[in-house]
Amino acid sequence: MENLNSYLIVSALLFTIGTIGVLTRKNVIVMFMCIELMLNAVNLTFVAFSRHLGNLDGQVFVFFIMTVAAAEAAVGLALIIAFFNNRESIDVDDVNLMKW
Amino acid sequence: METLFFLIISLVAIVSAILVITCKNPINSALALIMTFFCLATYYVMLDAPFMAAVQVMVYAGAIMVLMVFTIMLLNIRVDATKQHSHKLIFASIIGFFTVVNLIVMLVKSKAALPTGPYSGDMIRKIGHTELVGREIFTNFLLPFEVTSILLLVAIIGAVILAKKKI
Repeated sequence: MENLNSYLIVSALLFTIGTIGVLTRKNVIVMFMCIELMLNAVNLTFVAFSRHLGNLDGQVFVFFIMTVAAAEAAVGLALIIAFFNNRESIDVDDVNLMKW
Repeated sequence: METLFFLIISLVAIVSAILVITCKNPINSALALIMTFFCLATYYVMLDAPFMAAVQVMVYAGAIMVLMVFTIMLLNIRVDATKQHSHKLIFASIIGFFTVVNLIVMLVKSKAALPTGPYSGDMIRKIGHTELVGREIFTNFLLPFEVTSILLLVAIIGAVILAKKKI
């Protein structure tokens, strides 16, 4: 097993790449994928710490995070389809109905 | 040998993560994201968590990404190269820089607690990772596990209602 820190560095880099993607991209689906990337970076941290501490609670948490991600994917993609049906677009800049 | 393998997997994971946010076509982003998920599954195997690796491949690389690729194909979005990014690129770079510095300093410089739990690598290999995780879920985490089923039910109903044109 590698030491804990190398896993944490990879996880931090993946999380940051996901953050930059959410902040810069305009396509809603790509932003969504970046959110999944951030969730996965956190999962890697959970598993690495769980292995380091010799405690399986972190891996059970990863299991629940995956469930939440699946639910989020289903509802989020349904929202994107509904938005596309209304506006013929998936740019976040077009989501401006409630903009003041 | 293992260090070299770890470095190669890290390189692939980070390059494909960068491809996710730079590709113009969403399908290419989705494929790069699947590559990242496979790299994470490899990490889980290296961390003695083969059950998590299997779930990662099946749920993320299988179910969720199929759903996303299906949506991309269903919407049939034309790739217009006119304006992919909004004007916040510099802002996002600054935020990203501080995030990565902050996370790495916090995660690496701080002292992690010493191993306290009973699960060592030898024990996991002897009994089996799936069995240990199953015991944990169905004893200590039984209530959250049952609540998860309600969450999934809500997600199913919500997705159907949102995607339908007329209810």
